[in-house]
Amino acid sequence: MIARIDNDHRRFRDIVRGRIRENLRKYVSRGDMVARKGKDSVTIPMPQIDIPRFIYGDNEDGEGGVGQGEGEVGDKVGGDPQDGSGSGKAGEDAGDKEVEVEVSLEELAEILGEELGLPRIEPRGDKNLETVRDKYTGLRTTGPESLRSFKATFQRALKRQIASGTYDSGKPMIVPVREDRRYRSWSEQPKPESSAVIIYMMDVSGSMGDEQKEIVRIESFWIDTWLRSQYKGIESRYIIHDATAREVDRDTFFSTRESGGTMISSAYRLCSELIEEQYDADNWNIYAFHFSDGDNWSVDDTSTCLKIMRETLFPQVNQFGYGQVESPYGSGQFVKDLRGAFGEEEKLVCSEVKAKDDIMDSIREFLKGGR
Amino acid sequence: MPPVSWSTTPELAELQEEIQGYASGYGLDFFTTIFEVIDYRQICEIAAYGGFPVRYPHWRFGMEYDRLIKSYSYGLSKIYELVINTDPCYAYLLDGNRWVDQKLVMAHVYGHCDFFKNNSYFSQTNRKMIDGMANHAVRLRRHMDRVGVNRVEEFIDVCASLDNLIDPWCKYRESLPGPEAAAAAADGADDSEENLAKLKSGKNYLESYINPPEFLESQRKKTEDEAARMKRIPPHPERDILAFLLAHAPLEQWEVDVLSIIREEAYYFLPQMQTKIMNEGWATYWHSKIMTAKALKDDEIVDYADVASGVTSMGPTQLNPYKIGVELFRDIEDRWNKGQFGPEWENCARLDEKESWDKQLGLGRDRIFEVRKLYNDVNFIDEFFTEDFCRRQKFFMFAKNRRSGDLQIASREFAEIKQKMLHQLTNAGQPFIFAVDANYMNRGELLLAHRHEGVDLKLNYARETLKNVEKVWRRPVSILTVIDDKPKRIRFDGREIGMSDETAAADYVL
Repeated sequence: MIARIDNDHRRFRDIVRGRIRENLRKYVSRGDMVARKGKDSVTIPMPQIDIPRFIYGDNEDGEGGVGQGEGEVGDKVGGDPQDGSGSGKAGEDAGDKEVEVEVSLEELAEILGEELGLPRIEPRGDKNLETVRDKYTGLRTTGPESLRSFKATFQRALKRQIASGTYDSGKPMIVPVREDRRYRSWSEQPKPESSAVIIYMMDVSGSMGDEQKEIVRIESFWIDTWLRSQYKGIESRYIIHDATAREVDRDTFFSTRESGGTMISSAYRLCSELIEEQYDADNWNIYAFHFSDGDNWSVDDTSTCLKIMRETLFPQVNQFGYGQVESPYGSGQFVKDLRGAFGEEEKLVCSEVKAKDDIMDSIREFLKGGR
Repeated sequence: MPPVSWSTTPELAELQEEIQGYASGYGLDFFTTIFEVIDYRQICEIAAYGGFPVRYPHWRFGMEYDRLIKSYSYGLSKIYELVINTDPCYAYLLDGNRWVDQKLVMAHVYGHCDFFKNNSYFSQTNRKMIDGMANHAVRLRRHMDRVGVNRVEEFIDVCASLDNLIDPWCKYRESLPGPEAAAAAADGADDSEENLAKLKSGKNYLESYINPPEFLESQRKKTEDEAARMKRIPPHPERDILAFLLAHAPLEQWEVDVLSIIREEAYYFLPQMQTKIMNEGWATYWHSKIMTAKALKDDEIVDYADVASGVTSMGPTQLNPYKIGVELFRDIEDRWNKGQFGPEWENCARLDEKESWDKQLGLGRDRIFEVRKLYNDVNFIDEFFTEDFCRRQKFFMFAKNRRSGDLQIASREFAEIKQKMLHQLTNAGQPFIFAVDANYMNRGELLLAHRHEGVDLKLNYARETLKNVEKVWRRPVSILTVIDDKPKRIRFDGREIGMSDETAAADYVL
């Protein structure tokens, strides 16, 4: 039976989705969601969904009230207000709090997909490796004693005793016989193996400031969210570079600030090594994204980059995304070089991000190919 | 004694019979109480619907449900007990609760049932509200079928935004605001003005002393003013703005129905807001009494103590109605048992004498039954929250330190604490808003006024609410209020919000 509340609940979720869609650009560019990310969901403050009423604001003594307990005048009170765990009306005063809603990452990806009109990605070939796993799914009447299900066995025995009238509730003794025994049984279930990898590369040379990094952070959050919704298992690798490149973990990726020159080729070389060693292009969907302010050290290095891309990266990857973040220090030459060299190459997507407001369009650029 | 219902398991029905026996034994007087055992999902559903199994469809119930379910699954809070003010009285037990919990909840519920049945503020509520709510749902669904789900839902959003604009005294007024009321008042007003204005003296020689010419003059002027007022709409500032809108706003038939449903439900829930401390305090008093004196078995003591202390636990910055309520009832019982009331007690200045004051009157039990019948939270606190009690219970006022941003104990002054508490309870914590003029500036605009009592309105909410008032009134609407000590008028003309300084506020006596 569908409970009445399910309809109201669905309607509420629809409204939330609608509000997110309407304001997606704002949410995307502000990066609130990135900051409030939990394991599978994000929390979004959404005061406008609350029903407005004429109520008291909190001027003057609004932040005050009456309390109870020890202490002298001037002593600090507080800590978390406790919602008496046994209280029947816990949370009744929820109206005072800012309304927040929780959205799963999957839902978010769906909203993003709808709003940007992103096509679903068709994984190339049969790159979806599957492994077979055994999973306990049911019960059967035969099996090894080690797999006997005690609960099911006793339930069975109880049922039999009640049916045959030998059960006495005053003296509840249940004795299973051979036919009562139940054993856990399993079935083989195919489980798709991780079959996609995203390799993020970022220029962390001196010219990339906090503002630029924030843009990269937000943009990769959304790319990540979208690609994760498209592949069952997905791996992420992070490479930072200035004049040299190294692989780092996610936190370091977004927090490091180095200084020094920029040799983009170092990152591309590391990336192609990584692919060659660990991600066989026949079995993996590979996505590479590189963010930089477009200021490369030398023309020579740029031509090395182009060579690596043409010879090793493009044949392997599903898509190579280059995002150029505008910075006051960079010349922004690199994107011109790329466009000049590859023009029609369909595996390369270039996008320029001038400010946070452009993030959304940039995401669309990257993902609209559906590769 | 009302019959015990048998809608639960035989064991629980037996338990109910036992607890009900104790409750009646103590003199609690309640409607037939029906317990139902439900799982957590269902209890959240019913709680989201304000205690009712069926409400009209609206997303805000879904939002509440979302919050309750999440807060439960994260282990933040758990609903223990749910009971509604109807006859018969329905209460819900959570499936899977421990036996001692079910006992406690039953004992608690009988406290609530007695309160619902006997407290005077509940006397005007519709005791068949389960049917009432279900009928409302049917009516709203019918409107949705006829004019479209979205239009009805949008209008419900608008009405829900105004649902606190009601008059707590409405049920006790002789007439409802509206055209009929104005007509009735006019009928009464026109019999021989001269005599009406005079005070009765009885003796001719006293006439000139009791009704001197100046007095007669002022009375005449008053009558004239009154007559002029009666031509205005509303004649007097009107707190039941929902009724006012029903009577005067250009609404379609279905909109009238939606708005009146929202209004009716708002009035139904009002007494619960007005008596939260008393109601919970009363129920807590009785579960504690019944459990500790009668129902509790030896092996349940620890579990009971654990739950009971949770119910009455109090964060330092949050008043727990269960705790204050039960402590006050116990204090009243104790005082009336010992005779610590009346002028003799009030005027006694000797602390040592007061300390050992015990006249052995034994009036406590009778007194608390009387109090639960006659009072609401405001006059309950006003009358029984004494300086002794305040000091013994260690109440304090806290405020935010402007420099550090921390909450600090600001005062332990009894007068200030009581003032603050009363302020929070007055009008169930809602601001006083009146409709004062339906033909403002002679342009058919609606003017509302906020009686400012020290705290400003929450401005962003006020603006959005004003927009919703305009959606009902369909002409520009304004509200007079005070912001940062300056009188202001906020106006919404259908397109934009404007705010201006206002000096005319004093023209309206609220």
